[in-house]
Amino acid sequence: MIRASTAVPVVLALVVFVAAWKAIVVVGGYPPFILPPPESVAARFVDAWASGVIGPHAAATLVEIALGFAVGAGLALAVGYLLARSALAERLLSPYLVAAQATPILALAPLLALWFGPGLTSKVVICALIVFFPVAVATMVGIRSVDARLLELARSLRATRRQIVLTLEIPAALPNILGGMRVGVTLAVVGAIVGEWAGAERGLGVLVNLARGSLFDIPLMFATLVTIALVGVALYLVVVFVERRLVGVR
Amino acid sequence: MTGGGASLGLRDVAISFPHGPARIEALGGIDLAVGGGEIVSLIGPNGCGKSTLLRVIGGLLAPDRGAVSLDGDRVTGPDERVGLVFQEPRLLPWRSVADNVTYPLELAGWSRERADERRRVLLRAVGLESAAAARPTQLSGGMRQRAAIARALALEPRVLLLDEPFSALDALTRERFNVEMQKLHARTGTTIVLVTHSIPEAIFLGDRVVVLSPRPGRVVADLRIDLPRPRAWEALDEGIVSAAARRIRDHLGPADDQLPDALTPPDRRIHDLWVGE
Repeated sequence: MIRASTAVPVVLALVVFVAAWKAIVVVGGYPPFILPPPESVAARFVDAWASGVIGPHAAATLVEIALGFAVGAGLALAVGYLLARSALAERLLSPYLVAAQATPILALAPLLALWFGPGLTSKVVICALIVFFPVAVATMVGIRSVDARLLELARSLRATRRQIVLTLEIPAALPNILGGMRVGVTLAVVGAIVGEWAGAERGLGVLVNLARGSLFDIPLMFATLVTIALVGVALYLVVVFVERRLVGVR
Repeated sequence: MTGGGASLGLRDVAISFPHGPARIEALGGIDLAVGGGEIVSLIGPNGCGKSTLLRVIGGLLAPDRGAVSLDGDRVTGPDERVGLVFQEPRLLPWRSVADNVTYPLELAGWSRERADERRRVLLRAVGLESAAAARPTQLSGGMRQRAAIARALALEPRVLLLDEPFSALDALTRERFNVEMQKLHARTGTTIVLVTHSIPEAIFLGDRVVVLSPRPGRVVADLRIDLPRPRAWEALDEGIVSAAARRIRDHLGPADDQLPDALTPPDRRIHDLWVGE
């Protein structure tokens, strides 16, 4: 489990962060609607979760992230493989992929919301889009760097195309692919929130807007931001955990 | 682990590779017959196409001209009856030693029970039972090459193609591996084609030593090694060995990039590894 030698600095850093936050509030004399003190955000966080204010929004956002990540990463695996193994595909596709990546998702989100409506679909599409690029590039690099000597070995053992993909190329590229997924999963959180801003009925992004706007509950807004950050950290840790399980033993 | 060795027939095998606008002729028409159960050492200067020839025999490269036959069947691609050991162990780093050894069985669609049984036999054959669960990175170079040999034996091949399999090992380990390879051959009767840079190794293991010319590779000598088996490093007939070595070296000829002795760089391995005489 977690050792004291790693836990102590982590807890210490958290204490320093909260203390600095409190100090800024006190020294700067900021009113709660600009920067609420940590204890009131903590109290609002606990209260909002207990009373079911945040829960449904968080659930909606998590569903968007999970579906968007699955679709985006799934497509990225296939396209990344294709890019790695077909020079023609790379020449044809990469300009569009780079162009899609270079266009800020913030600029695309309103259009996608217009096309796919305010429901789940538009968020899934936005998440998938933002997850796609890092995972596709990581897959391409990973597949390309598979040792040609191992491929020759597999060929000498009469491995089929499918066997080569499943038993050799994917396992060999897995560290790269999971590295791309680490980046992708945090971007998926960004994608979901951006998608919700562009039009939605539920979600943490919606709640941030509500708390700042009609509710004017700044501690709730901070509690929501903390929730978003925690979701990102938790998902990142899930990928790291999977990575440890799958490739940590090498 | 029986099954005996398959015979090999090479007829006028030639192959070339693109090199810029031109093509480099790697093999210039090789004729060679290897009897079932025979051990043939292939030796030749660097770049003479020894490894290319081995890949043609193994069905990994298609020759431009000529044909290879395995027990009379024309070779058109990798064959189940052929096992390959490369210069590097080429183990999959994410698999345990045992799972590397049984990788060919998995690809060939063996059932778990059958593969488990075979795994035990293979690991015992190369003395790696205790390392079964280890990862390749945890093993010494010699142990890794043992695992590679066990993997090559997995499907009970009737021909073993060895591409300088011991060249990365230290001299003593290498001699031990040569002895073990001889034992393994006595047990299985597999036909072996061994590509090597080492004249002593070629003589120790080979029933015949086939010498290839510089590129494009051609057979320039085919020498029978009349030493009784089992052979032991410390009890080889010095006369026969040194006579054979002299003949091999005569056929290898002075390399066109031969330097005066004092300037011979360490990678002139053929000359340096021979510490006899």
